[in-house]
Amino acid sequence: MQVELREIHKTFGKVHANDGINLNIPAGTIAGILGENGAGKSTLMKILSGFIQADSGDILLDGKKIIIKSPADAIEHGIGMLHQDPLDFPPMKLLDNFILGRKGGLFPDRGAAEREFRQLAAQFDFSLDPHAYVDTLTVGERQQLEILRLLWLGAHVLILDEPTTGISLPQKEKLFATLKKLAAQGMTLIFVSHKLEDVEFLCSRIAVLRQGALTGVVEPPYSTDRLVAMMFGKAVSFGGRTSTKPGAAVLRLEHIWLEDARLQIKDASLEVRAGEVIGLAGMEGSGQAMFLQSCAGLLRPVNGKVRLAGSDLTGASYQTFKRHGVAYLPAARLEQGLVPGLTLTEHFILSEEMRGMFIDREKAVKLADERIETYNIKGMPASPVESLSGGNQQRTLLALLPRSHDAARLPKVPLNLILLEHPTRGLDVESTIYIWSKLKERCAQGTAVVFISADLDEILQYSDRVLVFFAGQVSPPLDAGQLTVEQLGQLIGGKEPAHA
Amino acid sequence: MHSSRWFNLLVQAGAIVLALLFTTLVLLASNAPPLEAFWNILTGSVGSWGKFSDVLISWVPLLLVTAGLLVTFTTGLWNIGIEGQITLGAIFTTWMLRTLQDSGWNPALVISLSILAGMAGGALWAALAGALKTFGGVNEIFGGLGLNFVATALNLWLIFGPWKRPGVASMSGTVPFDESLALPALSGSRLSLYAVAMAVVAILIVYFLLKGTYFGLRLKAVGRNAKAAYLLGVPTWQYMMMSFVICGLFAGMAGAVQVSSVYHRLIPSISSGYGFLGLLVAMLINYQPVWAAPVALFFAALNIGSIQLPVVLKLDSTLAGVLQGTLVLFVLLAGGARQKFMRKPDTSTSSVHHPDSSPSAARGPKRETGEKP
Repeated sequence: MQVELREIHKTFGKVHANDGINLNIPAGTIAGILGENGAGKSTLMKILSGFIQADSGDILLDGKKIIIKSPADAIEHGIGMLHQDPLDFPPMKLLDNFILGRKGGLFPDRGAAEREFRQLAAQFDFSLDPHAYVDTLTVGERQQLEILRLLWLGAHVLILDEPTTGISLPQKEKLFATLKKLAAQGMTLIFVSHKLEDVEFLCSRIAVLRQGALTGVVEPPYSTDRLVAMMFGKAVSFGGRTSTKPGAAVLRLEHIWLEDARLQIKDASLEVRAGEVIGLAGMEGSGQAMFLQSCAGLLRPVNGKVRLAGSDLTGASYQTFKRHGVAYLPAARLEQGLVPGLTLTEHFILSEEMRGMFIDREKAVKLADERIETYNIKGMPASPVESLSGGNQQRTLLALLPRSHDAARLPKVPLNLILLEHPTRGLDVESTIYIWSKLKERCAQGTAVVFISADLDEILQYSDRVLVFFAGQVSPPLDAGQLTVEQLGQLIGGKEPAHA
Repeated sequence: MHSSRWFNLLVQAGAIVLALLFTTLVLLASNAPPLEAFWNILTGSVGSWGKFSDVLISWVPLLLVTAGLLVTFTTGLWNIGIEGQITLGAIFTTWMLRTLQDSGWNPALVISLSILAGMAGGALWAALAGALKTFGGVNEIFGGLGLNFVATALNLWLIFGPWKRPGVASMSGTVPFDESLALPALSGSRLSLYAVAMAVVAILIVYFLLKGTYFGLRLKAVGRNAKAAYLLGVPTWQYMMMSFVICGLFAGMAGAVQVSSVYHRLIPSISSGYGFLGLLVAMLINYQPVWAAPVALFFAALNIGSIQLPVVLKLDSTLAGVLQGTLVLFVLLAGGARQKFMRKPDTSTSSVHHPDSSPSAARGPKRETGEKP
């Protein structure tokens, strides 16, 4: 099905999110939509999939003008969207979730649906149990479920919004194979991403957006430099690993055993030293999140000891860990890290130690101004956090960390350890570089960083040492300097690389 | 910005007009002259000093529970158990008065102790609902509802059992206490300025607590996103418990006032529905403490004003309830409609809210982004 967009305009308040976009995507192709955060990619795709309506402009399918007023309209026309954050029903079974969107009689034919579900899943080699509950799945698996559901609903046009962010390398390869197969069957695929590598590899044409406008459509062979220039209007460079000499041990995990409903980690040990960066790699749901939580007191080990700078904190609460200089930054920024409805200022007040009973608003605003400037957050002190973009939310999370270098307001215990889940997921290149430059500043002051990432390049680029997780098994710490992406990819997939 | 504020006010005013229209329809349907009914409510509430002092008597417990509920709402909790907390406050006050009535102690001391006991009783009952939620995983709505029934049963058992009047137990309650053990009232009235002062101080405390303190901000953070608040270092369940206890203190105080100032004894319907009415007031004012006092006064006036309706117009006095209920419904509806039609999506596309994806809508109070009432 050929998709054509004509003169799409959309404004949010003062922001012109889509500024007269014209785009033509022939059937049977995988088209990439590239652009940094806030470039208007998601808006354009939400218009196409009926989540929001354009202020003006037309959508044509196979040359016929159609009107899409809701996601239901869109799927009726065969347009399905896979959202960056899966829109599903965590407390329901996969199968119920699968059946939900389909029109039908009062009593759905569950037997037939289950057969078709299994068929589709087998076709793409997804191992999903239709009777499991959605909230037991990883983000990657939930995306797989959504893809199956959309195909089953009869989507001919599939929009994928940043589909590779939550998933591991093997899952990504599987996804790409699936997409190529679908394109060969004549489906139209729209792949929204800011990951150059993915887009270049997969797409037969790439449309680049910048600040709400289309900067151009390119076809292979691609030039990375040119794409970057189109995205940002300038070239950017990545910060590298700075080898600092690691200092004393800040965290010591001694033979810890961790358990949740699906996974067990047996007998893992690690010593984290001041100033070093440790990357936790692995397929989503291989145990790295549990491991990181146990470092923060958010998950109590079944067995083993957790020591922070010498004191045994096994079984202590997160509050105690926090008092010992540990900070934990969750992946779901707006769900777990920030409080929607509160302003930036209010967040900074919360993160500060209380002085007296009453809040000094004037001082708080000054503090907020200062942090906003230091961390280059695009927002006002009175902005509610949910109005910020993802990158600025992540900067805010970092800005909330207790500061270690400001002698005047030195906390009782310096920040010894920062634990991050997917610190740059969904962020554009500039924000990513910025976030890491800030983290590196901390490292230089003796703070250790442990982070989870699905992005292998990120792991290799910034870590000193890497732990690889596979189905609950933890590798010994590997020297990041000696690893290549390929080797790491194989380890994540549970294979021993030829020479590691 | 300015025009949208006027628009908001207009919508709000429209909601009030709609509520009045709806009540008029109800009146017409029951063959009553609407204007006369409204006029009677007006004269019945502010027509004389005696009537207005009755309004103030009713205002005190309503304002007290509203003050308490603003705290629990801020923490994202639906303290439906508020009725039981008022009842327990009344029971504890009665118990303290019974214990000390023959002690010969200074009445001022006895009254003070009995009010403190009432506050403790309310706090205890609220803490129970909180503990059920925190440690038992029982949603505070269900826990509170259950505890309300237990409180009512306990109250009735006391009135008809251990504390019954000599001779025959009666729905009219326990034996009245000596007048010296009542909160001092204005002469010729049951209105006690001490009670009024307690209510005013309560709402002022809550106002400053929620507006200007670290404690209030932390409660707000817990209410908006408990997970994030926890990661930001707020001990979440402790704050939830504290907010229950604070609400219980105010509810218990309301019960204490009912006993020591209004009825001078324990009666079966001692909470008089002030708890549920307080929930309505809190919702109507969109959880903004500034508006609590005037709106509670208005509701109290409606209650008192409609008392004479049965006599004058042969109408049931529940008309006040109809008006109060529809008022809240229409104001909430107007708020919902405004959000639906005036939605201004944020600049970042990821935070656009879809009408079908706001799970929080059904759970807990959410203020709109603007701080306007």
